[in-house]
Formats: sequence, C-alpha cells, structure tokens
Amino acid sequence: MRRIETRFAELARARRAALVTFVMAGDPDLETSLAILKALPAAGADVIELGMPFTDPMADGPAIQAAGLRALHAGTTLAKTLALAADFRAHDRTTPLVLMGYYNPIYVHGVRQFLAEAKKAGVDGVIVVDLPPEEDSELCIPAREAGLAFIRLATPTTDAARLPAVLAHTSGFLYYVSITGITGAGAPDVAKVTAAVARLKQHTDLPVAVGFGVKNAASAAAIASIADGVVVGSALVEAIRKSLDEAGRPTPGSVAAVTGLVRELAAGVHAAARGFARTGQSA
Amino acid sequence: MKPEIPNSFRTGPDERGHFGVYGGRFVAETLMPLILDLERHYEAAKRDPAFKAELDHLLTHYVGRPSPLYFAERLTDYAREKATGGRGAKIYFKREELNHTGAHKINNVLGQILLARRMGKSRIIAETGAGQHGVATATACAKFGLECIVYMGAVDVERQKPNVFRMNMLGAKVVPVLSGARTLKDAMNEALRDWVTNVENTFYCIGTVAGPHPYPAMVRDFQCIIGEETRAQMLAAEGRLPDSLIACIGGGSNAMGLFHPFLDERQIEIYGVEAAGYGLDKKHAASLAGGRPGVLHGNRTYLLMDGDGQIEEGHSISAGLDYPGIGPEHAWLKETGRVIYLSATDDEALAAFQLCAKLEGIIPALEPAHALARAVEIAAEKPRDHLMVVNLSGRGDKDLFTVADHLGGM
Ligand SMILES: Cc1ncc(COP(=O)(O)O)c(C=O)c1O
Repeated sequence: MRRIETRFAELARARRAALVTFVMAGDPDLETSLAILKALPAAGADVIELGMPFTDPMADGPAIQAAGLRALHAGTTLAKTLALAADFRAHDRTTPLVLMGYYNPIYVHGVRQFLAEAKKAGVDGVIVVDLPPEEDSELCIPAREAGLAFIRLATPTTDAARLPAVLAHTSGFLYYVSITGITGAGAPDVAKVTAAVARLKQHTDLPVAVGFGVKNAASAAAIASIADGVVVGSALVEAIRKSLDEAGRPTPGSVAAVTGLVRELAAGVHAAARGFARTGQSA
Repeated sequence: MKPEIPNSFRTGPDERGHFGVYGGRFVAETLMPLILDLERHYEAAKRDPAFKAELDHLLTHYVGRPSPLYFAERLTDYAREKATGGRGAKIYFKREELNHTGAHKINNVLGQILLARRMGKSRIIAETGAGQHGVATATACAKFGLECIVYMGAVDVERQKPNVFRMNMLGAKVVPVLSGARTLKDAMNEALRDWVTNVENTFYCIGTVAGPHPYPAMVRDFQCIIGEETRAQMLAAEGRLPDSLIACIGGGSNAMGLFHPFLDERQIEIYGVEAAGYGLDKKHAASLAGGRPGVLHGNRTYLLMDGDGQIEEGHSISAGLDYPGIGPEHAWLKETGRVIYLSATDDEALAAFQLCAKLEGIIPALEPAHALARAVEIAAEKPRDHLMVVNLSGRGDKDLFTVADHLGGM
C-alpha cells in the first residue's frame, strides 16, 4: 500500500496542503504516546512523523532534545518505537507514518532487521537526518529495496549543483528545511521559502513539505499556501512538556494539549488558499 | 571481519573519507555543502607552497617549534630499577607541552585558522573538553582578530576553570553547554548546532581527528609535524629511528600526529592509551576497549553506547579524554592490528602524573599521564637499547586543582 502517495494525491485533489505532525515516540511515556498518536488523525494530522529518540540529536533544538530525553527516560527503545508504530497501524490503516531520527540506533539495531520490522509494523517511510546522499548505500538504497520511502531533507544550503543528488533516491515526499538552523529555531521567511519551493518543484514531481520553525496556525497557513505540506514538531512536543506535572508525568490534559494545538494548526492549513499551480502530481 | 592489511598504512582515507569501513560524512544536509567546500579549500591549500610557508613560519615563531625530544633520564632509571634481567628502554619525551598554549592542540588550530582566513570566514567556533583546544583556538583568533565562540560542557567548565579564565582573557566567548551529560560530546553537538545555524560566515575548528571527512585527515595532517620532527630528532640523537611510540587518546589527535609518519615502518611498535577511568569494568572513556562501531558526530567509529545505540557517557579524570568516541583512523588501525591500544585508569594516571613531576621536573597534563603510566611498564620489559618516545601532549597547570582534589588537598 502506498499510503504516502495516496494521501498527498487525495489532498492535491482537495487543493490543500498536508499537515505533517511530529511527535517523539515514548514522550512522555509509551502509553501516553500511543494515545497521542491515535488521536492525531482525528485532530487533523494528515501525515505522522514519529521521532526515534536519540541521546545526541545534532540537528535538534532544545524542545526536541528534551522530548527525546523524556522518551529515553521512559524506557523507549527502537524496538518499543517499532511496537508503538505497529499499535498505531492496527488502529489506523490509512494515515502515513514516517519514522524520523538519527542513524546510530538503526545501524546498531541492524539495517536489514530494522527495515523489515518497520515494514511489518506498517511504517511507510524513514527520515534520517545524518544520512546525506553521500551515504546512500547505508540505508537509503536498502530502504527503497525494502519498500519504504526514504524522505530526504533539502535545505537552503542545497545548491543547484547538489539538488540532483539530493533528489536522486528521494521518495514519498521531499522535506524542505525552511531555515539554516536547528528544529524549533527562528521563523521561516515565507518569501524565501516560496522561491525555494518553486525551485524544487522545477526539479521534482514529489510533494514538497516544509518544516522547521512553524509554530502556530498563522505560520502553518502561510506555509500551507505555498507548499504541499507543513511540518510541525517543536510546538507539539512543547505542548506535551507544558502539560506534564512537576515530576514530568503526563496529566489527564496531556493528549488534549497536543490535539488542541493540532486542531488549530489544521484549521490554519485548511483555510490557506493554495497560491501556486500544482506541478506534476496526479490529481 | 578483519580488514585487509594494506601495502601502506598512510594512504587513507579514500575520496569518501573512509579508513576501511570507518569515517565517512554522516552529517545533516545543511552541513554537507559546507564540508565539501572545506574539503576543496583544504586540498587547494595543501598544494599551495605559500600556505605551508605561512604555517611553518607561525609554528616556528609563534608556537616555538620544533618542540624538543628530551631524554627522560630519571624516568628511564626508574623503569630500569623496576625491570628484571637488566632490561629497561630508553624513554624520550616529545615535549609538546612546551608549545605556546601548553599542548599539541595549537598545531592543528593554526592550520585550520589559516584555512578559515583563506576561505574568508570571520567567525570561529570550537568545542573543547579540557579547554586546551579552546585556549589554542581563542589564542589564534586573538592573533588574527577573529570572533571566537567556544562550546564547553558545563561540567568541564567547572573542572577546568583556569582554561575558562584563559579563554576569557583571550577575548573568546565560552558557552557552557547544559544539554546531555554536559561534557565534550555535548559541546560537539552544540558546536554542530551552531554551524548549521550560521552557515555563511562560520568556520568550525574541530580539535581532534574526529568529525566528518575531511576533518580526521586534515587534523591529522596538521599534527603530523609531531612525528616528522621526532623522526629527525631521534636520528640526530641516536642515529636511528625509535623502536616504540606511545601516546594518550581522547579523540586521538596527538597520537595520530606522532604515529602517522611512522606507520609504514612496521618494526616500530605503536601504542595508544585510552582512559580507563574507574576501570574498564566500571565507568571509563575507552571507546576501543569497551565500545562498538557506530555513527556519531559525522563519522563511523568505535563508540561507548548501550545495546540500543544510545551514546553513553564516558568517565575519565581527564576532561580531554572524556569522549565516548575516537577518531575513525584509530578504529581502522586497531582492526588492522597496526597499533596496539591499551588503557590506563584514573589512579594510574594520577600516579604517573606525580612520578613525572618528581623525577623529571615536568608537570604533565593528566591526558599524557595516561600514556606515561603504560610507558613505564612497557619500558621495563624492553631491552636497554630500545628507544621509546612518549608524546607529552600537554602541561599540567590546568589540572592542578583536579589533582589536588584527588590527593586530598594541598
Ligand atoms: C594535553 C592533551 N592531551 C591530549 C588530549 C586528547 O586529545 P587528542 O586525543 O585529540 O590528542 C587533550 C585534549 O584536550 C589534551 O589537552
């Protein structure tokens, strides 16, 4: 089943962008995390990115670093993340689920084993921050062979010379990082992002989702008007953090804290007028 | 799987930055164009006689090179007293602690700062553990009028205060890192986060033979002056090459600088000494002895981690060795068997620190004290005509408070 392609095609027909939500597996604990995952689609998430916690997330800002540490303290492992994905998939057969994280836990787990287990769990794709095209033989090529999308990040520093290499083995969608910086940092400059997305679209038929720095309904709407997807992460994990009690435990309001924000973001995305002619997608 | 024994140990890395299976370029896309750009500039600089001339001039007049190769007579006598059967090698020190700023770190920093200038970068960032690399970077930035930001784990800021003060005096901004374990690996994470944020004007000056390609090779090349001088000096002193080399290993730059020029003289025994902390069965920072291959900070190498690939905190009394990884070239040299990797505990390093101070009138840093601990033992097993070189990578002023704490005050 090609859930990612199907979802983006449906949304293209509906002429709106996808809301892509990131949460960390096992944050604040596995049980709450599953409840959050299950509630996300109804709240308006079109695609789910599930973070695989890592001790040393080099591209992440304080919010996602902290979410990863909460998850690790709660005993999250890669195996448990995969089990969480499977539990979600048993409950939801259509929402695309993408695992996002860093290479070391996957490498240590064993690439082939990880891919087989992820596929079996109903995962649709992976995003691995520290695997540029130069290291495609590590995971990107095996992932595609295993039937999983390998979603690549393109950034403001990806120049015209590099873009073909970045796009070469990318599948599912392209994730455009709107700023040079870490997750949760400054707000994107919409004019610059517009130009960057237009440039990417000249070179690929893949949907382009834009993330890093989208925090609220207004910024989500702005991005939604110029891209095929809007990724929100730090704001959601911050909502989780704020819902915790003093000992860092979830409260009865934890799930609602996330879904409430997702509803607002979704409203922003749904209200956004699509400002560009869609290219290449089967509508 | 044992890697093939190559014809030469000195040809690595390949064009993708691999030493055997180790090394590589495991970085976020944002940084990828930057490290490719760095590689191009470094390759050009390497071929430019003007670059080498400028660096050589600085090494002579600013750093004070060549550093002496010194016969440590009383330490040699001490090892011979402990030896049986009339054994006991002749121990020489390569006196990197006499360099300006007190460690080998400045050799690499000046190379990188000259490169940064060629690339037109105005803002320099660095990570530091013991503070020696931070001090060296702050020093070079002061000399060349460059902005300098040093990331240092909050724990290390506390235990290496004299160096924090020095960096401040030199005009650098020291940023205490509060994430993770608040030591060297977290400082490196934070420096990488800075670099992805400030891509236009910033040069990341890495302090050891780690990070994504081309750093491990570039830092090694800048440190190779240590081994090259040692070769000439030993030939002058003894009329032949040394029989063994020994150096401590944090990330592995002082060791690689001494070892690399000698790797193809296969008769020479080469020893790297990792930090065994409280002991290899307890908390330590010996990635080769206690770690497994993994991927962190841009390269594949041996790492201390749990079964799930989460990085574990190292422990060493020495902030400069307290890193859960090691340069990828060392990982490869271990697997090929060319270099023998040993370790020394906190207590052994403390004992060697005091021994060196009392016998030679040289207060070593705690980092090379690890090498000294193993050197005395190995020397005692070698014949009297065996020539051993210990890399005295730094001086111990920065460690006086730490040592005093451990010895119960002064
Ligand atoms: C004096 C000294 N020696 C050794 C090291 C360890 O680094 P490396 O293994 O890169 O030489 C340090 C690091 O701070 C140091 O200050």
